[in-house]
Amino acid sequence: MKLRDIAHSRTGDKGNTSNISVIAYHEKHYPLLLAQVTSARVKAHFAGVVEGEVVRYELPDISALNFVMSAALGGGVTRSLALDAHGKSLSSALLDLDIEPASGDN
Amino acid sequence: MMRTIRIGSGAGYSGDRIEPALELAEKGDLQYLVFECLGERTVALAQQARMKDPDGGYDPLLEERMRAVLPVCAAKGIKIVTNMGAANPEAAARKTAEIARSLGLSSLKIAAVIGDDVLDACKDGDLPIMEFDGTIKQLGNRLLSANAYLGAEPMAQALGEGADIVITGRASDPALFLAPMIHAFGWAMDDWNLLGQGTVAGHLLECAGQITGGYFADPGYKDVAGLARLGFPIGEVGEDGALVITKVAGSGGAVTAQTCKEQLLYEVHDPRRYLQPDVVADFSQVKVEEIAPDRVRISGGRGTQRTDTLKVSVGYVDSFIGEGQISYAGPGALARGRLALEIVRERLKLTGVAASELRFELIGVESLHGAEVSSHAAEPYEVRVRVAGRTESLREAIRIGNEVETLYTNGPAAGGGAWKSARDVVAVASVLLPRDLAKPQIRFVGA
Repeated sequence: MKLRDIAHSRTGDKGNTSNISVIAYHEKHYPLLLAQVTSARVKAHFAGVVEGEVVRYELPDISALNFVMSAALGGGVTRSLALDAHGKSLSSALLDLDIEPASGDN
Repeated sequence: MMRTIRIGSGAGYSGDRIEPALELAEKGDLQYLVFECLGERTVALAQQARMKDPDGGYDPLLEERMRAVLPVCAAKGIKIVTNMGAANPEAAARKTAEIARSLGLSSLKIAAVIGDDVLDACKDGDLPIMEFDGTIKQLGNRLLSANAYLGAEPMAQALGEGADIVITGRASDPALFLAPMIHAFGWAMDDWNLLGQGTVAGHLLECAGQITGGYFADPGYKDVAGLARLGFPIGEVGEDGALVITKVAGSGGAVTAQTCKEQLLYEVHDPRRYLQPDVVADFSQVKVEEIAPDRVRISGGRGTQRTDTLKVSVGYVDSFIGEGQISYAGPGALARGRLALEIVRERLKLTGVAASELRFELIGVESLHGAEVSSHAAEPYEVRVRVAGRTESLREAIRIGNEVETLYTNGPAAGGGAWKSARDVVAVASVLLPRDLAKPQIRFVGA
């Protein structure tokens, strides 16, 4: 299945840094996010977009992860040549990640 | 009984819809209406406007917004807090007084908070820039503005001195909401946990429709009804920091645990350390709970002691950007689009256009996330060629768009809808200023 099936997401921007939240619809899926949506995987998914490091923060009380990606916005929102200078569309791209269901899950 | 105030969020950015704010004022049972209208770079652009006109430099929609909401706010005693002052809060206050008089509302007290302009202090200190190697002085005559993110204290003080309308320039967005809480409840400026929870409230409310179902809908996954008449949010805040997010009954959109969680993390980095002028807020233990339709309880925001510095937004002339676009459709559109990009790439070299950075892309194929992320997508029916480049002069920037436009008669078959632009780029960087070098002041203007 896709990450989109179990989680929703929103992108925010500050300077040249983008953050993407990944929030489980149901708390039972939070362990899947923890295990499979890693910083390394997010960095690999955004090859060619994110030049800096990707740091993951965990928020178990709301079953969410927050990814902070540096050097991700073409030099910064106010000077980027990109069509989507804010990187607002990145959240949708991340939801395309493949997720292995847990055994007994549906 | 615990005291509670209701704060409405009437705008999430400078160009936002106006009638949801009027709906909030009329039907929201509010004591406060906040308008957050000042983007990262807006204050630098406003500073340029003020240089051309000493009475200008405030939000271009100030008059329309104030005319829309002042009669009902005055009738109901709803106090307004806004950063629509941009680069000139005093002129914005004078304009608002003029509008109030013209509406027959001559008893309104209007306060401008000034002192966010810290250009001189930044120049004296030659502070280092956070985003790249260099200092304020090295920006030379490209430097346009330096504005500190002020905290809630001067706004709360203005409310305490009887202001009906408080107009600021650069201030932290959550602080616009924190100020009414500090004023109404007398929160101490070192009660870090209360200030942290109040910051959670302000952060959730500051983007207006983004917590009531705007920027959220994804048909089939996250459906939202009534986005054309989206209601803007209301924060019900108790004196102990208890918070419920809601909206006007019958308005479009929805307030759910999901919309609140998305907005909680919006533009947040380390959730344990959300740096604000008044507090270092901690969002990491926030809990979100649906208690009724369109009513979500938010608890668990905390805080620790504020830092000794204020973030300052520095506006400077960065460069120029030239851009051109043209479309291709039907069989072979993708191949013709790629050919067009190759031609423009070669032309820019042949004709010696001096660009420090160039982007060649196909809108509809790869422009948003690059060729790697987009590589498995199906071939589209139509594509739009886009070439953008950074230059040191407007003249060079214009040449980039021209090389796309000339594809009409010189490029692949059947290109249509060419468009070009060239513009200067005012960019924003940040420095940290010792807190005591910013000296906020309050100026009252009678209507």
